[in-house]
Amino acid sequence: MQVLESRHVTKEVSSPEGTLTIVADVSFAVERGQSIAIIGPSGSGKSTLLAMLAGLDLPSRGTVLLNGTELTSLDEDGRARLRAGHVGFVFQSFHLVPSLTALENVLLPLELGGVADAQVRAREALARVGLDARRRHYPRQLSGGEQQRVAIARAFVTRPDLLFADEPTGNLDSVTGARVVELLFEFNRELGTTLVLVTHEQSLAKRCQRVLTLDAGRLSSDVVGDA
Amino acid sequence: MKKALRFALVAFVRDVKSGELAVLFGALVIAVAALTAVGFFTSRISQAIRAQAGEVLAADLRLDSGRIPAPGYEAEAHARGLAVAHLISFPSVVYAGDASQLATVLGVDGAYPLRGQLKIAAVPYGPAHPVTGIPAPGEAWADSRLLARLALPVGGLLRLGALELRVAAVLDYRPDQGMGFADLAPTVLVNAADLERSVLLGSGSRVTRSLLYAGSTEAVDAYAAWLRARKSAAERLTDASESSEQMKSATERSGRFLNLAALVTVLLAAVAVAMAARRYASRRLDLVALLKSLGASQRFVLGTTVAELALVALCGALAGTALGLLAESGLAWLVRGLFKTSLPPPSLLPAWLGLGTAATMLAGFALPPLLQLRRVPPARVLRHDLEPPPLRWGAPYLAAAAALSALLYVLVGDPRLVGYAVGGLAGSALVLGMAGVALVRVTAAVRGGAGAAWRYGLANVARRGRESVVQIVAFGLSLTVLLLLALVRNDLIDEWQRSLPPGAPNHFLINIPPSDARPLAEFLTARGVAPPVLAPWVRARLVSVNGQPMQGRMPKTDRGRAFAEREQNLSWSEALPPDNRLVEGAWWQHPDPAQPLVSVASEFQDELGLKIGDRLSFDVAGESITATVANVRKVRWDGFRPNFFLLFAPGVLDASTGTFMTSVHLDDAQRPALAELVRRFPSVTVIDVAALLGEVRRIMDRAAIAVEYVFGFTLTAGLAVLFAAIQSTRDERRYESAILRTLGASRRTVLYGVAAEFTALGLLAGVLAASAASVIGWLVATRLFGLHYSFDATVWLGGLLAGALIVGVAGTVATRRVVRSSPMRSLRDV
Repeated sequence: MQVLESRHVTKEVSSPEGTLTIVADVSFAVERGQSIAIIGPSGSGKSTLLAMLAGLDLPSRGTVLLNGTELTSLDEDGRARLRAGHVGFVFQSFHLVPSLTALENVLLPLELGGVADAQVRAREALARVGLDARRRHYPRQLSGGEQQRVAIARAFVTRPDLLFADEPTGNLDSVTGARVVELLFEFNRELGTTLVLVTHEQSLAKRCQRVLTLDAGRLSSDVVGDA
Repeated sequence: MKKALRFALVAFVRDVKSGELAVLFGALVIAVAALTAVGFFTSRISQAIRAQAGEVLAADLRLDSGRIPAPGYEAEAHARGLAVAHLISFPSVVYAGDASQLATVLGVDGAYPLRGQLKIAAVPYGPAHPVTGIPAPGEAWADSRLLARLALPVGGLLRLGALELRVAAVLDYRPDQGMGFADLAPTVLVNAADLERSVLLGSGSRVTRSLLYAGSTEAVDAYAAWLRARKSAAERLTDASESSEQMKSATERSGRFLNLAALVTVLLAAVAVAMAARRYASRRLDLVALLKSLGASQRFVLGTTVAELALVALCGALAGTALGLLAESGLAWLVRGLFKTSLPPPSLLPAWLGLGTAATMLAGFALPPLLQLRRVPPARVLRHDLEPPPLRWGAPYLAAAAALSALLYVLVGDPRLVGYAVGGLAGSALVLGMAGVALVRVTAAVRGGAGAAWRYGLANVARRGRESVVQIVAFGLSLTVLLLLALVRNDLIDEWQRSLPPGAPNHFLINIPPSDARPLAEFLTARGVAPPVLAPWVRARLVSVNGQPMQGRMPKTDRGRAFAEREQNLSWSEALPPDNRLVEGAWWQHPDPAQPLVSVASEFQDELGLKIGDRLSFDVAGESITATVANVRKVRWDGFRPNFFLLFAPGVLDASTGTFMTSVHLDDAQRPALAELVRRFPSVTVIDVAALLGEVRRIMDRAAIAVEYVFGFTLTAGLAVLFAAIQSTRDERRYESAILRTLGASRRTVLYGVAAEFTALGLLAGVLAASAASVIGWLVATRLFGLHYSFDATVWLGGLLAGALIVGVAGTVATRRVVRSSPMRSLRDV
């Protein structure tokens, strides 16, 4: 069953030199529970494509279907509602709210979604990433790896259908990065969450079941691996 | 919505804890504290000043009537908790042996005077001392003039009708002796009980019965309104503010000084709030983008923003009001003992105004940039350079400025002053902005020749472009206010106090016949008095305006009726007298006596609704003179020099039998000469205004202290703007310093660069601020206060120094922590 589909997605922006095509006519579909990596050199349009897949941005042309819903047909609030129910994020720069503790950061999406047993679920999620003891710590009191683990707990606490990760290990050393990647795939297996990773790390891409390569905004290859 | 409120509450507590709201909250608290402190204080001070001004009336309110006032008046006053005193006055000839003299007899009861104190002396024109109480039955206190005319010593007997009274003391001063020239005859003060026994109060006598009232401002105002609705047209009601032109002028100016300080404070604080809100909003961009990526709706973002802002407004208003009250009690303590009466309790209105101001400021200046957060693209979580569409701030800021102006109008009740302050600030900001753009461009061109730190600093000024201009405007505004406070304020207050120098005239000499003019001048100069300037003086009654008799166009106010009904003092002059400023029309050059022209004071114009070209007809000792209104003058009555509501062009009044008047300053050693003057020039009337002069001077001194204190708040608001402006680029600087240090720049180089940038900004802002302060100082002095103002080069020097030192040092110190934090941490936090 398809959880995400990109149909001829194109993104153009105007610049002083004229119209600039960032993503050009990208089409593919992702099955539920699949893990896919989008790779490509810097400036190839990976993050822009991710933003459009997650409904954070709209394509100039083409459509994106998330859980069967056409994102372009929704307004910003509609897309936000869809994300709240079905999508989780992990970012390269963690994006934890500096004024909130680790636990409060994990609570955030639950509070936004109006979940009843938010506290219990948030503590469970933090315990799952091994940080229950540090739940009262603020982001600045945590290491980079710990911050990313909090971000992973926050992303999975709502049990999303889809998790988008933008260079999740980009700011981490290799050992910490490996631990974080391990966590992402554990959740992918346990919860059946579809994983869409943007990365330029070949080793990480290889762990995914499928690798899409972007080159100058175009999909240059779509390889199903043996992961 | 409940979810948003709960989230807002949690976010508010967290933001307060983390210091995220510090600048916005601080600016708001300063604004509210300043406004409420000034509001609380001005309301109390103005009540106290009014009580003091009441001395000129010997009461807060006074009713004069040709008949016995209705008993209900007094009963109502008592019911409202007002103190009441009775006064009976009438002209009568008094005798001492064979000598006789027309005098004004004043009969008073034990409650008189309700405000101020009587002063008596042992010998005519001798040293006087304050006294409580009134003459005992059978006794009289006569003034020096009367005793000199009658050649009667203290202790002698005075006959008043059938009454025989012993002169127990010389009446030196009574609070209501006034300046109205109405009581031209010398005065004798007696116990009212004696008069009631005499036959002097029988029918046919020209007796004026007065009721004097005193009490709290609210009670007096309410009673005055009650009485105004019931009294007959023949009964004249006067309150303290209209009792004396001199006192009125002085109290108006002191109130204006205080209100101006309050206005500038609030407006500056609004600028600080706007700047702080801008930074607060820009720091929330990432949070909002994150919330949206996690599924928050625009409504949720809007709800949390508005709710959090409401919490900030409420807490800011509460904290500000509490601080304002505290500061106000400090102020009251500072001026303790300066008032004869204790300060009345503050009213609650300023607290409500404080809350209203906090809400208006946040809604107007903080809400627009925060509302813009709704439109933050959620994709910002992936691409940090994505921002919401630029804010169209024109309409919301204009609406906020209008709302704030309305609030300020409620506070100070002077639309002209509010207009000047708001217009002045907006105009200054605009000019500073334009000059800032030009200066930033120049900076970009000259930076090549400077050293490394300067090059980096100046490059930053040029590179930041719009931010630099905003900072220059903010620094410029705060420096302008600082300069105005440091230099121009003193000049203004000094100038105001100088308008009443130690040698200001303290005696008016009126009714000087032309034949006495020269001998009198010689008499005075022989005794060391400065040669007097004599002004011609004619008494006349206004009969008609444009042929329409005055009976048909009687003004509604008591003052207007007095202008229309009573005899006016006329004079003529070739040149516009000092203390007079032309506000309408032109002064005459070579006027033709066949086309008589008259110049009217603005009060006269306002009360009678006159305009240039109107033809006024006067009855001058039975002769009719018609003159055309040529111009309108604003008169500074507190200069204590002869001034007139009506001034004619030369030649018009030549045929009228006029006399002269003058004002002179007599020190204590010269005063005894007055006894001889009165004997040698029997037709000359001497009016002693030394006591009134003293009161006006006391009000000025007191107001000067209060103004200094209130300006302290303005200074704080100016510093708040400065701080907010420094904070506005803090995040950017933090990032830049981290990058520079990562690239190998030493902490010192980065700090020097920051210092150079702030010093450059400070110098640029300082030059502009000095120009703005000079122009504003001149405008305020000449337009608002009618004072002379001279430009001062030290303002420019001060501007440069203050800019370089205050902005340079404060900016560097405030950014020092940013430069010191580890580059790794700074970069990670971005």
